[in-house]
Amino acid sequence: MYAVRNWLIGGVFMLALIASPADSRAKDIPDSIDLGSLANLYGKVKFNHAKHIMLVKDCAECHHHTTGTLVQDADCVRCHKNSGATAVVACKGCHEAQPFSAAALREKSKTAYHTDRLGLKGAYHQSCTGCHRRMGGPTGCQDCHARNKRGDAFYSAGAYAQPQAHEEGKLPGN
Amino acid sequence: MKRRDFLKGCIACGAAATLGVSEKAWGIGSFEGYPDGMGVLVDLTRCVGCRSCEAACNKEQQLPAPDAPFDDKRVFEEKRRPTEKAYTVVNRYDTKTGGGPVYRKIQCNHCNEPACLSSCFVNAYTKTKEGAVIYNSKVCVGCRNCMIACPFNVPAYSYSSALNPVVKKCIFCYDTRLKYGKPPACVEVCPQEVLTFGHRNDLLKIGRDRIKEKPDRYVDHIFGEKEVGGTSWLYLAGVNFDQVGFDTTMSNEPILSNVKDFLGIVPMVLTIWPALFTGFHLLATKNKNHTNHEDGHSEQEDHKP
Repeated sequence: MYAVRNWLIGGVFMLALIASPADSRAKDIPDSIDLGSLANLYGKVKFNHAKHIMLVKDCAECHHHTTGTLVQDADCVRCHKNSGATAVVACKGCHEAQPFSAAALREKSKTAYHTDRLGLKGAYHQSCTGCHRRMGGPTGCQDCHARNKRGDAFYSAGAYAQPQAHEEGKLPGN
Repeated sequence: MKRRDFLKGCIACGAAATLGVSEKAWGIGSFEGYPDGMGVLVDLTRCVGCRSCEAACNKEQQLPAPDAPFDDKRVFEEKRRPTEKAYTVVNRYDTKTGGGPVYRKIQCNHCNEPACLSSCFVNAYTKTKEGAVIYNSKVCVGCRNCMIACPFNVPAYSYSSALNPVVKKCIFCYDTRLKYGKPPACVEVCPQEVLTFGHRNDLLKIGRDRIKEKPDRYVDHIFGEKEVGGTSWLYLAGVNFDQVGFDTTMSNEPILSNVKDFLGIVPMVLTIWPALFTGFHLLATKNKNHTNHEDGHSEQEDHKP
């Protein structure tokens, strides 16, 4: 009896050991991410993470070495050839929302590496639109960002456009 | 006073004054910007021409509403320059290299040695320690010398104002942002991080690193590092700068160098020459009255029949 019980305990323990890393790993990977850093001018962008994983497959394409996959970029390989997965893999974990604040500039001046690290907004746009251009994805501002009223006011567009512009032929080509 | 001593004094004073002038005026061309001066590195290879910087500038500086919305791409059909209603504009250049259009943001480049500043006779302009070239519109008399002096054709004029027309240009958001250590509005809004804000010295390093790491992407030149004595705003490009509207014939000397030799002489002429030539005159005529009188006498006597 004891043997059977021990065998069962051992078996369950092993199963848990095998299952848990994959399980927790999968749980950590979000299927959809709400990107709201431009919420003052635009609605949130619902980023379909799962779809992009299926399309791109290689995590390093967007996440560099942070997920533990090998990096291809020759400049990164110099230091990160053997880098493992990092504790933080989200973009905002490294790319600052306010990259040019006085505090951020002070921090940057202390380090010798990654002195030209993009801010969060720059990282999103360069990574997304860069790939979209290559792969034929949407690249127009409002293809991803639905502009809200404040956005319309900011761009003097929509309800906030100057009405006489087209009629008076002030625009070139009119 | 002996004639010899007087002449010696004249020469010594003249030489001293000339040397004094030279140390100040002739040294002007060597100013490389304030050590903690800020700047912006504009990477043209990143710009997608969304014109958000124009919109942000318009709101930040409380400029009048534009004729066309800021997302209207038809403005690219002509090459624009900053106006009283838009301190920054983006132009599109269709280059021959076939890599798609290149967009270039134009605004005041905030020179280390601004020509507008040296040309302004009411001292309306100031180069702040943060690097901004700002101006006091209260003292501006609207002479437009700065518009002629600026090598980048940046200052605009409020021609629309009949009573108090003044010069208008980008001030690096000095009053509302730069002064408090914040980046200008255009930098903050730029989605592609075309604009990198930081200390000018650091930006030069970043620019050089980008060129070194991606030599195929960039032309090996940072526009504004040396042009007209250096500017706070710096540019990186993937095509030759003359293809995207930059004046590549610009000298590395500040605009002021064109006139400083002449202007350095003016104080010397105005202060030394009057004293010097009065001295010569006095010396030359020192005993003349007496001798003239005698000579005159004798001549008169000689001419007497």
